[in-house]
Order: sequence, then C-alpha cells, then structure tokens
Amino acid sequence: MRERLTRFLASRRGIILVGAVIGLLGVLLRKFGNPPNMGICVACFERDIAGALGLHRAAPVQYLRPEIPAFVLGSLIAALAFREFRPRTGSAPIIRFFLGAFAMIGALVFLGCPWRALFRLAGGDLNAIVGIVGLAVGIAAGVAFLRAGYSLGRSSPARGAVGWITPGIMLGLVLLALIRPSFLFHSESGPGAMHAVIGISLAGGLLVGMLAQRTRFCTMGAVRDVILARDTHLLSGVLALLVAAFLLNLVFGFVKFGFSAQPVSHSNWVWNFLGMALSGLAYALAGGCPGRQLFLAGEGDGDAGVFVLGMLSGAAFAHNFGLAAKADAVVEGVVQTGGPSPNGQLAVVLGLVFCVVIGFAMREKWEAKR
Amino acid sequence: MTTIDARGLSCPEPVLLARRAIQALGPGGDLEVLVETVTSRENVLRTARSLGCTAQADATPEGGFRLRIHKP
Repeated sequence: MRERLTRFLASRRGIILVGAVIGLLGVLLRKFGNPPNMGICVACFERDIAGALGLHRAAPVQYLRPEIPAFVLGSLIAALAFREFRPRTGSAPIIRFFLGAFAMIGALVFLGCPWRALFRLAGGDLNAIVGIVGLAVGIAAGVAFLRAGYSLGRSSPARGAVGWITPGIMLGLVLLALIRPSFLFHSESGPGAMHAVIGISLAGGLLVGMLAQRTRFCTMGAVRDVILARDTHLLSGVLALLVAAFLLNLVFGFVKFGFSAQPVSHSNWVWNFLGMALSGLAYALAGGCPGRQLFLAGEGDGDAGVFVLGMLSGAAFAHNFGLAAKADAVVEGVVQTGGPSPNGQLAVVLGLVFCVVIGFAMREKWEAKR
Repeated sequence: MTTIDARGLSCPEPVLLARRAIQALGPGGDLEVLVETVTSRENVLRTARSLGCTAQADATPEGGFRLRIHKP
C-alpha cells in the first residue's frame, strides 16, 4: 500500500494532482482570510514570522504565520511515516545561510517568492510574468554554474538532534502561535493583519507539507529540470497549481487582470525582474525553492534548516535597512508606482555579485587545481 | 562497470553525474549509481529511462540505494 502510494505520487498524474490540490488550498486560505494573491507565500510568511518575533519592526508585516511551521511538520510526519527521515548536514551550511538571506531580499524586492508569483498570476497580476521571467533567467544562470561543476559538496549522515532541531523550533512556533504571549508582535493593519484562523492555517499547511514531501514539489526545480534535462515532471505540477488556483479564483471573483495597483505588488518591471533573478539564482545554487527548503528541513536536512534561518535573517535585514519594495499605491485616484529604494536596489546588486562569486568559487574543478 | 558515488550530493547533482555517465556509455554498457535519498533514486531512474536505458533500484544495508542502469 505504502509503496503503491509512493509510486503514484512519484508519477506524472501524482504530481499534477498534488499541484492542483496546493493551488486550491492556496486560494481557499486567501478566501478564509490570508492577504489577496497571498494564500501561500513562503517568503512573505517567513517575513511575517520575523516581524512577529521582533527581528524587524515593520508594523504591517508582523504575524506568526502557522503555515510555515505546519509545512515543516507536515513534511516531518510524511517522512517518518514513509521512513525517509534522515538527519544529515555538512554541505556548506554557511554559504546556504547567505543564499537564503539574499534569496529573501530578492523576494522582498519582487514582493513574493515563486509560490506567490504563481498565485499572483492566478489572480490576474501580470507583473508576476515579469517576475517569473526573471526567476527563469536566474535559474538558467544557476544551471550554467551546475554544468560548469558547481557543487556545495556532500552532506553526511548526522546524529538525530541535527535532523530534529528545525522541526523542534517549528513546533515551538506553533505553540507560540497558539498561546500568543504578549512579547509577540501582531500587525493591526496591512498584510500581517490578514489571516485565516489558526486551525485552518495549520490544517492547510500540514496537508501541503505532507503532499509536497511525498512528491518533491519544487517551484525552482520545475524550471531547472526543463533547462537542464528537458524534464517536465515538476513543471506539470507547478502548471497544475497555476490552473487550479486560477479557476478557483474565477469562481470566487478574485481575478483582476492588470499591472497597476495589484494587491501587495508593484509594477516596476526592472526590479520585479532583477529581484526574482536574484532569488532564482540563489534557489538554484541552494538546490531548492523556499518551500522545498522547508520540506527538506522536515526530512532532517540540517543544511536546509540553515537556509531557512538565512531567509528569516534576510527578512529582518530587508525591513530594518529599508530594502523591501513598496507596493503600488493609489493616491487621490492616481496610481503611484512602487518598487525598491536605492538601498534595496544596491542589496539586489550585492546579492547577484555574491551568488556569481559563489557560483565560480564552488566549482569542483577549481578546487581540484589547487 | 563504472560506479558513480552520488551519496550525500544534493539535487540535481546525482542526475547530472548519472546523465553524463550514461551519455558516455557505449551500447550494451552498464552503470551503477549509489544514492542516499528516495528523491535522488526517483530522479536518476527517471533520467535513465528517458535516455532509453533500463534501470532498477535495490536498497543497500546502509539505508541508501544502488541503481543498476543498462544501455541497450
């Protein structure tokens, strides 16, 4: 039974079914209270968690989103049930930390991770197309590095504590979300104030975590595998997410096509493109999209846990240093185009330089020459 | 027979190594790939089959997988 389920979920029909379910769940979470076109956004939700913990003080984006810990715990449950929980670490964790931080900065210049880019497009936000093109270009650059011998090296099997620490932290976050102690920050208005009730967020997150662990769902891998090997397996799941989310958005009347003044979005093409190009390159160099990193952390991958901590830190830097983009705003009937500040633009350039240097420096051929 | 040790390497490196080795194989050639995770097992099997090879996986005592690939 277990082996049959594994075979089905590893099949083309399995990944399409799971992609569609995740698409529907994302729109339902938005229907139940999450922000518009943000039913699921790994980067945004991690930023909100960083805010809830006081790592940054941007008042509109502070809420301890239960979906993130639920993704990890859902993956943990699936990995334990199918005997795939393997504590492991040692594959350049310090580099993964900074890849996570810069991936987050790129995401907050675009205003969303690849997951949200799909949900934004499914809601008619055409700026997402520019972001997705940027993402694909960043991933293509990552593939070029991989072809040239880029590798973060091998991880090694580790003691149990290494694998349990991220799920343990996530369990702690769930408890904090339930208890709501007074030291947590909580937005009074803005995206952080918009959320489904905790039970729905947890249930949705656990289901996504379990399904994604079983299918290896990865929004970056979907593009990478097509470029690298003409393999459309993961892409078919991602397209199923997009189509299912679009159809349910139509049913709920959530679709509004256009570029200007889309919800929590800006229409500055250059920085939508460059922000996502930085993210795409960082995800490709780290071997997984922000969601996949959470699911890997749930399977016991300590290095993926470090990437997640890097993303949380990146979110803190992004808001403390004013790097995150401003959304388009309508003032007295006039659309004011948003986008990143000069600080944010500089941070994206620095991030791209960092990723390119790492892409060259971590080539095995170079190391062999020394 | 060539053996590739892809244990501990993260996605997509096992696929890249296997792909290169399969392309270098002559007709009738055999290849063995060692991987650690189910993800790598499925990815390498899918790659091998998409390149026209037969491929099967056996679990190893250490908890990983030994993938046997044959190019017809």
